[in-house]
Amino acid sequence: MRRGFRQVRPGEKVEPLSVTNLKVALKRLIEYNRRYLPAIVTALIIAILAAAFRIAGPNQLKIMADEIALGLPGAGGIDFPSIRRVALILALLYGAGGVLSFLENFIMATVSARISQRMRSGVVDKLNKLPFKYFDQVSYGDVLSRMSNDVDAIGHSLNQNLDNLIVAATMFVGSLVMMFYNSWILALVAVVSSVLGIFIMTRIMGRSQKYFIAQQEGLGSINGHIEEIYSGHQVVKAYNAGREVKATFEGMNESLYESAWKSQFLSGMMMPLMHFVGNFGYVAVSVVGAVLVVRGVISFGVIVAFMMYVRQFTQPLSQVAQSMQPLQRAAAASGRVFEFFDEEELMDESHKYRSLGEVAGDVSFVNVRFGYDKAKPIIHDFSAEFKAGQKVAIVGPTGAGKTTLVNLLMRFYEIDGGEIKIDGIPISQVPREEVHDQFGMVLQDTWLFEGSVADNIRYSKTEVSDEQIIQAAKAVGLHHFIQTLPQGYDTILDESSSLSAGQKQLITIARAMIEDAPLLILDEATSSVDTRTEQIVQRAMDRLSEGRTSFVIAHRLSTIKNADIILVMKDGDIIEQGNHEQLLAQDGFYAELYNSQFEPVA
Amino acid sequence: MRRILHYLSRKQWLMIGLIVSLIIVQVWLDLKIPELITRITALVQTPGSLVSDIWQTGAIMMLAAFGSLVSAIVIGFLAARIGARFAQRLRSLLFNQVESFSMQEINRFSTASLITRSTNDITQVLMIIVMGVQVLIKAPIMAVWAISKIYDQGREWTLVTAIGVLVVFVLVGLLILFVMPKFRRMQILTDNITRVMRENLTGLKVVRAYNAVAYQTAKFEAANEELTDTQLFTTRSMSLMMPVMSTMMGGISVVIYWIGARMIDSAAAADKLPIFSNMVVFSNYAMQVIMSFMMLSMIFIMYPRASVSASRINEVLDTEAEILDGPYRDPVPGHEGEIEFRDVGFKYPDASEYVLCQISFQAKPGETVAFIGSTGSGKSTLLNLIPRFFDASEGEVLVGGRNVKDYTHRGLLNQIGYVPQRAVLFSGTVASNIAYGDNGRADFEFDIEQALSVAQAKDFVDKMDGGVDAPIARGGTNVSGGQKQRLSIARAIARKPDIYLFDDTFSALDYQTDAKLRSELKRVTGDVTTLIVAQRIGTIMGADQIIVLDEGRIVGRGKHRELLRDCRVYQEIAASQLSEEELAA
Repeated sequence: MRRGFRQVRPGEKVEPLSVTNLKVALKRLIEYNRRYLPAIVTALIIAILAAAFRIAGPNQLKIMADEIALGLPGAGGIDFPSIRRVALILALLYGAGGVLSFLENFIMATVSARISQRMRSGVVDKLNKLPFKYFDQVSYGDVLSRMSNDVDAIGHSLNQNLDNLIVAATMFVGSLVMMFYNSWILALVAVVSSVLGIFIMTRIMGRSQKYFIAQQEGLGSINGHIEEIYSGHQVVKAYNAGREVKATFEGMNESLYESAWKSQFLSGMMMPLMHFVGNFGYVAVSVVGAVLVVRGVISFGVIVAFMMYVRQFTQPLSQVAQSMQPLQRAAAASGRVFEFFDEEELMDESHKYRSLGEVAGDVSFVNVRFGYDKAKPIIHDFSAEFKAGQKVAIVGPTGAGKTTLVNLLMRFYEIDGGEIKIDGIPISQVPREEVHDQFGMVLQDTWLFEGSVADNIRYSKTEVSDEQIIQAAKAVGLHHFIQTLPQGYDTILDESSSLSAGQKQLITIARAMIEDAPLLILDEATSSVDTRTEQIVQRAMDRLSEGRTSFVIAHRLSTIKNADIILVMKDGDIIEQGNHEQLLAQDGFYAELYNSQFEPVA
Repeated sequence: MRRILHYLSRKQWLMIGLIVSLIIVQVWLDLKIPELITRITALVQTPGSLVSDIWQTGAIMMLAAFGSLVSAIVIGFLAARIGARFAQRLRSLLFNQVESFSMQEINRFSTASLITRSTNDITQVLMIIVMGVQVLIKAPIMAVWAISKIYDQGREWTLVTAIGVLVVFVLVGLLILFVMPKFRRMQILTDNITRVMRENLTGLKVVRAYNAVAYQTAKFEAANEELTDTQLFTTRSMSLMMPVMSTMMGGISVVIYWIGARMIDSAAAADKLPIFSNMVVFSNYAMQVIMSFMMLSMIFIMYPRASVSASRINEVLDTEAEILDGPYRDPVPGHEGEIEFRDVGFKYPDASEYVLCQISFQAKPGETVAFIGSTGSGKSTLLNLIPRFFDASEGEVLVGGRNVKDYTHRGLLNQIGYVPQRAVLFSGTVASNIAYGDNGRADFEFDIEQALSVAQAKDFVDKMDGGVDAPIARGGTNVSGGQKQRLSIARAIARKPDIYLFDDTFSALDYQTDAKLRSELKRVTGDVTTLIVAQRIGTIMGADQIIVLDEGRIVGRGKHRELLRDCRVYQEIAASQLSEEELAA
């Protein structure tokens, strides 16, 4: 699998991106969101317009100051109508600038929220099209983080930074032009003093980068340590490891302190430095301007205008500096999201037709070969035939490949060779959905979602009536319990609801009953419940498997003794096959496994 | 929030005092600059001024600007040190506090919540303190000083500025009132959408097997839509902020000049020039004042979150561990390894039902006592009373001839090798996980090799890259569940305790490994007392004493065969696991 962008957890350092990566990421982002492009361009044009209004402001203020200066002794006296006119123009400029930039912000806010929404949907869409293979290599947390953190980072920086960048550029260029238009000497003074200040600033910021990284890493490792120790609290206590643990913690804490104050200090210097750069330019402009006024080169109003232009000129520079980091993060984030979008999907099956019809339940494996990694086959050459209604048990030690067989049967993974047939029809020739329709499934991890009991039983079969739900619940012996719940079948199941493992399992069995499929898979369905509850669950499963071909994986061998066929697996191969008595008589691996259950404590 | 400030040391308060005085200097210098412009303006507007005077004034202004920078840097330095030190202290206090907790307190908060409190919450408090120290102090000083400087000369100007500040407050106030609750809502909706997606991920097999992709997607879209709607509201509302601010600032300078023009027009000839220079200066002051208040209002936005964080931290620090040390370190001589329960009862505080009731039994060195029963029968809780993860509510738990409450924690735990149900490994190496903690014995050498071989872990550890020095990832994610459990058993073996406590440890192993491990353990540590909680009859069939628990009470005790004959609950459990022949045998 390609690993262009490494997974970055929140709080982890962001690797600096090269310009090419930034470009590629931006290009993909634009392509993906082509439909929002007109809105974004409009917003950016409005942003430039708003900035232009702000740039025009100080020039008018200059005129106003000059007019007022006429009121000083020795000058001609104030021309109020003219001042009123200028004031009105200014009010209009500021007012219109404000309205325009609000409009621009509003559009960008809307667009970025919609883009985030679309990308989140995109991630979930993609997720449901990916083969299981993908999830063997990538953790759930990773996928989740792409949907939440990464998409958030993109949305946030679109909303805050993209237009900022444009506005900053406009302000920068505009102020520069206006300054040179008013007085080239003062303009030079302003530019030189600001650039000097900013040069010093960037040098310092460059230095601080390593402390930021150190701080992020320090924070990451100490948080990791806290999480680890808190989760293992019982063990830490029981083994008297408190002293060691605390020593490690305090060591991390001390080095975090060092990097934390340094990075905090250096980043805190940004503001005062900007302030100084502003002041520096401001003073330079005032003084040089004053000299020029005294010499009669410029009017006083020019100084007033410059005081504002200097700020408008230096501010964008710091804004650009501030926007760079979030933009980099966003580029990295969109890199990760697009990497996810680019993952190879399940084969397109739109050309396949449903052709299984009413399935009786015969299943056969013909020379099946498979490996999660093609180079390392786990199932070498497996053939077997099962008749409709049979109970097939798959046993073997952990890691023997029992679940793999189920995965192949369900077409969660595609086989590398041979065929799996249902009623004689190869399952690779029909759409995946049709294969799934033939199976009911109960797994070890009882998967319930936050929703009512009824919804959990009904699941995607929305057409099923309440009456049928109750029938299913009665069949698995859950009806009475459900009625004791506060809202009966409408009780919402969430983390706070106190269902036992057995009750949860019974709900998933009821779900499989509603599914009412000719084939059934029971994968370690009773291993997470205690042995007394197991009997109840077992009884429910027996009801469920009546008249269906069932595949049972179990590690308690007592539950599968009555199976029609027992497949004994070891290291990916079926090494023995037959019913309980036959296998015991063989006195092979199965017999050994079976007898080891009852070996007493020596 | 105020209470958490008590954790600032005297030195840090002194530093804060220093910051206050430096801020005063800084404000003075910041205000000096525009004031000096007054002088320049006067010079400019007075015909015949000397250029050298202007340069001189300029030099003073530069000095002032530089002085302001220096004090700002020193302030930043102090604030950063205070903040980082404070965070370090809080983190350390919390960590030590949590370490002193028993399971009782841990459960009350939940581990996840304690982790958030020790990480995120501290960051929140830290941020507001670093910001607060600088902004919270500076803004009012700046405002009062700037206004008082000009107040006498232009009340109308002051009024305009005051209106500006008012607008800032109203706007921020409205945002806090209407938008902040939505921000909180957004957090909930974000959690919600993450939950729906996690659901889809963890149930991927079920989702696909039941062809429920469309169902699941519809659910996600609903959550997504709701989140987006809220997001639209908040970001759109927040987009009002900056335009209003910049328009207002521009507007204020226009108004100040407008008022200035009027004042100059109506003033006496001699006053005209001072008014003109004041006007230029004041428009600067007004900006500074409004900016200060804007920063201040940011604090108000941050404050509620930080305040919640602070109280969450306080809550932990105020919780006193209920399980306290006793005076003794060692067991009564001659009674090492003995365990006795005398009429022990246990219930959680505030609960009305007892989890355990009238439990009495004895275990002598070398004996194996096993506990079996269905989920919720109290068997794990019973085991937890021995290392004092919880204290018995009634009766006495004796270890080594002494009530467990009379031991120091270290002393009690030095005698015990405890293996939890869920195997816990720490990041490090195989060796560091086996030779974990200490057992109170001086010059004790952990025999890692022997522990590994008894725990049936030698084979796979030898295959790992680096053997016993092979790295173990955080949470032990690089070894399988069964391997994790075996390493966690090896850890207990390596410390050579008097007592083993196995809390449903063997269910994660397959039958063969389980049997081999137990017989090997018995061989190597013959005189150790072993208490086993188990689900499988096979695991405990050979125990010296089996105690059957049901709903917190002992409903049967004896050897396997006796129980099979006399105990109904045991018969039921056995029937579900053993074949007819085995039951009859």
